[in-house]
Order: sequence, then C-alpha cells, then structure tokens
Amino acid sequence: MKKIYILWLRQIKRYLRARSRIIGSLAQPLLFLLALGYGFGSVYQEAGKGDYFNFLAPGVISMGILFTAIFTGIEIIWDRQFGFLKEILVSPTSRFNIMIGRTLGGATIATLQGVLVMLVAFIFGFHLTNWWNIIPGILMMFLIATLFTALGTMVGSMLEDMQGFQLIMNFLIMPIFFLSGSLFPLEGLPKTLSIVTRLDPLSYGVDGLRDVFLGTGHYNLSTNILILVGITMLFLWLGSYFFKKIEI
Amino acid sequence: MIEVKNLTKKFDDFVAVDNISFKVEKGEIFAFLGPNGAGKSTTIKMLTTLLHPTEGILRVDGHNPVTESDEVRRSFGIVFQDPSLDDELTAVENMEFHGVLYDVPDKLRKERIEQLLKFVDLYDRKDSLVKEYSGGMKRRLEIARGLLHHPKIIFLDEPTLGLDPQTRNHMWSYIRDLNKNENTTIFFSTHYMEEAERVANRVAIIDNGKIVAIGTPEELKENTKTSSLEDAFLALTGNKIREETGGVAEQMRVMRRAWKR
Repeated sequence: MKKIYILWLRQIKRYLRARSRIIGSLAQPLLFLLALGYGFGSVYQEAGKGDYFNFLAPGVISMGILFTAIFTGIEIIWDRQFGFLKEILVSPTSRFNIMIGRTLGGATIATLQGVLVMLVAFIFGFHLTNWWNIIPGILMMFLIATLFTALGTMVGSMLEDMQGFQLIMNFLIMPIFFLSGSLFPLEGLPKTLSIVTRLDPLSYGVDGLRDVFLGTGHYNLSTNILILVGITMLFLWLGSYFFKKIEI
Repeated sequence: MIEVKNLTKKFDDFVAVDNISFKVEKGEIFAFLGPNGAGKSTTIKMLTTLLHPTEGILRVDGHNPVTESDEVRRSFGIVFQDPSLDDELTAVENMEFHGVLYDVPDKLRKERIEQLLKFVDLYDRKDSLVKEYSGGMKRRLEIARGLLHHPKIIFLDEPTLGLDPQTRNHMWSYIRDLNKNENTTIFFSTHYMEEAERVANRVAIIDNGKIVAIGTPEELKENTKTSSLEDAFLALTGNKIREETGGVAEQMRVMRRAWKR
C-alpha cells in the first residue's frame, strides 16, 4: 500500500513541478471547445438539437483527460531511457503494484487536467442543470482517466523508445477521440460508424459524463460505468503482464 | 551467495555472455573485470533480474532470478553503471522513494537517509532537485541510495566512474566497513585495476563473453608473471581497444531536451 502511495506521490510531484505543461495541455481542448462550440452552434440549434456548446463541453473535457492520461502512461518510456525504470524494476515491488501506483498517479493528474478544462468551459458558458453533479462528474472523469492511463502505461511498457510516438498519436489517440461521440451525438449514425463507436471505450466515458452533467445519456449510466470498470481491469491486468516481460 | 553455471546470453546472433561459471561466497568482495563490451553489465543485469538468461543456471542468495525474482530482489542493492535517478525529484525524495520500495521502516529510513547524505557530503543540498546536481554529485547520490537498505549483496557496476580519489576512497572505506560489520557480499566491476587489487578478495576477468581468469589478485599476477593487476589484465586480454556502440539513450536525451523547451 505504501509502495503504491510513493509511486503515486512521485508522479504528482513531477506534475506540479512542470507548470508549463499544465498550461500547454489546456490549449488544444480549448481550441476545440471554442472553434467547434461556437462554429457549429447555430447549425446544431437549427437542427433542433439545442445547445451545442453544452453538448460539446463534456466531450472536450474527456479529450483533455484522454490526451493527458495516455501521455502520462507513455511517460514510462522516459523512465526507461533515463534509467529510473531500472530502479523501480529491481526493487522488490510486485509488478501489479507498480502498474497500480503508476496508473493511479497518472489518473489523478489526468483528472486534475480534466477539472481545469471544465473550469475553463464554465467561464465560456458551459452550465449544468444541477451544480451538485460536479462531484459525480469528477468521479466519472477519474474513471475515464484510470482507463486511459492504464492503456498508456501498457503501451509504454511495450515500447523501447519514442520512435513509435507518431504511430500512437495517429493510430490510437486520434481515432479514440474522433470516434467516441465527443463531437457528435450517437443517435442516427450510419451503421458502420455506429458499430465503431460502440468499440471505442471513450464513447462510454463521454456518454457517462454527459449523463451525469446534463442528464442526456445515450446508453444507461450503469452500463457505461460497468463497461469502463471492466475495460480498466483488463488493461491493468494486461499491463502488469507486460511489465513482467520488460527486460532492460 | 552467488552461483553462476554455464550462463549464456544471446542477443539475436550476438553472444554477449558465453558459457561462464563462477561462485561468490558470502562475505566476499568480488571484482568482475573486463574491457568495454566484454559482458560485465549483461551478467550483472541477469543476476539482478533485469535480463533473462538464454541458457544456464543462476542462483542469488539461493534463489533463481527468473522464477523467484521477488526473493532475489529483496536480497541485493545495486549501483548502476548509468544514471538511474529521477531528475525532477530532490535528493531526499529519491532516497525516500527507494527506502519505501525496499520496506525500510520509517524511523530507520529517516536516520539512514540523513547519515548517508552526510556521508556523501550532499546533506546541505538535500532539498535541491537532482537535475541541478553536477555529475559527481549525482554519482554520490546513486551510491548513497544503493546502500540505503543494507542488503545482503551489493552489486556495483563501475561505481567509481568519474569520482575523484577522495570520494572513491571514502566510498570504499564505507563499503569495506559494511562488508566487515554486516558480512555483506560485494560484487563489483571497475576499470580501475589498482582499485580492484586493493579491495577485492577475488577477481574474475571476462573478455568477449568468456571468463579468461579467476582467482585472487596474487594468483593472477603469479600466473601471468606480472607485478601488478593492470599488467596481468593486459596480459590476459591483450592491447586491442574495444568498440562499444552508443545506445539510444543518448539520442533520447537530446530529443527530450528539445521536447521540453
């Protein structure tokens, strides 16, 4: 337990010391929120769907979480290159605990980043039907964050260096984001796209977040949570399996 | 304490360690010498569970590093050849992290961290981030960290590289005390032959993945009819300078710098 805590603490300290990164990773979600939110607002309204900005905000919050989560997970490559991973791996710490500690650390960071995006969205007019829903909302965000940090850590533990980074960006992060229903409603999609969105774990995260914040979910909230928890468990288990395989 | 039998490690077609065998007794100070790229670090990595052997039998503290890795990990401490500190943490935080991972109890951990940081003369800078340290300071911190949990075996992979003679002597006297008082087994590699001659009970010389000689420094000198271990080493391994390739690590360091700014 203490070992998990110290692994977690290390990542939090590193995060808080890299302030430029905190600000830097706010830029992209903000751009999406403002350009798309205001840009498509009137079209969306005319289609009779209501307030696009409000619809989009949970999607953009999820996007902030997704990017931060996968990046902090993949940071394990830096640890490998700078030798610190050796220090962790030769210690008598079970690989599952290493995986848990790292994932919880990254997930906390990604959740904080999501909260920051949410606060910015509030400034630009994102509003909730019931402000108390912020609390379950943050829990939902943490769930999304845990899932994708576990995924990032798992992928990171399989890579030797950053050469594959572009590949991950274009074939993992971007598809997960664009095919998740972050930007568009899941109703009335063409058949193929509808199937693809169902295979994307972020769909359930975004949908759950919309359900909590706005009360307009496509799936059942408990279905969303169940699927997210299940996939997270799977990634954690797979991740610690890959950790056992690491040779330096 | 350490037993190696017919150990071989291949990377694809390249044979890094070629069928070596040796034993290190409890409480022994054992030097593992060889030119660059001879297979020293690869062997140490296999003993410390970081690499799996291709063939052969390994025992560390009576356990198999492949199948009983947790027991093995509990038994040793290591100072790596290349850096393994977290630059974004302070010296104390690096030490704390290590102490917790090795289950050193809170009170003892605090005491030892203070004692060791004073010992390597970093106590005044204990709350500075490691990235602000000079190369020598980082090296000293790595050594202090490796000694924190008082393991049964200490692996030192070229620990004194880049240290001045003062620090080197200082460090060896601490390690010898540990060896005497707690009967700690010491397994180290170095390029400083006079260092090996002075502190090691026994020496193994490895070249091109094979052990070419093993014995006390005196025996090696006798067998090669030389007057110093350095001459004995040269007589056994020849004068040819070895090639060693720069790894991806250095490229990454450059990349990361560009990435962060």
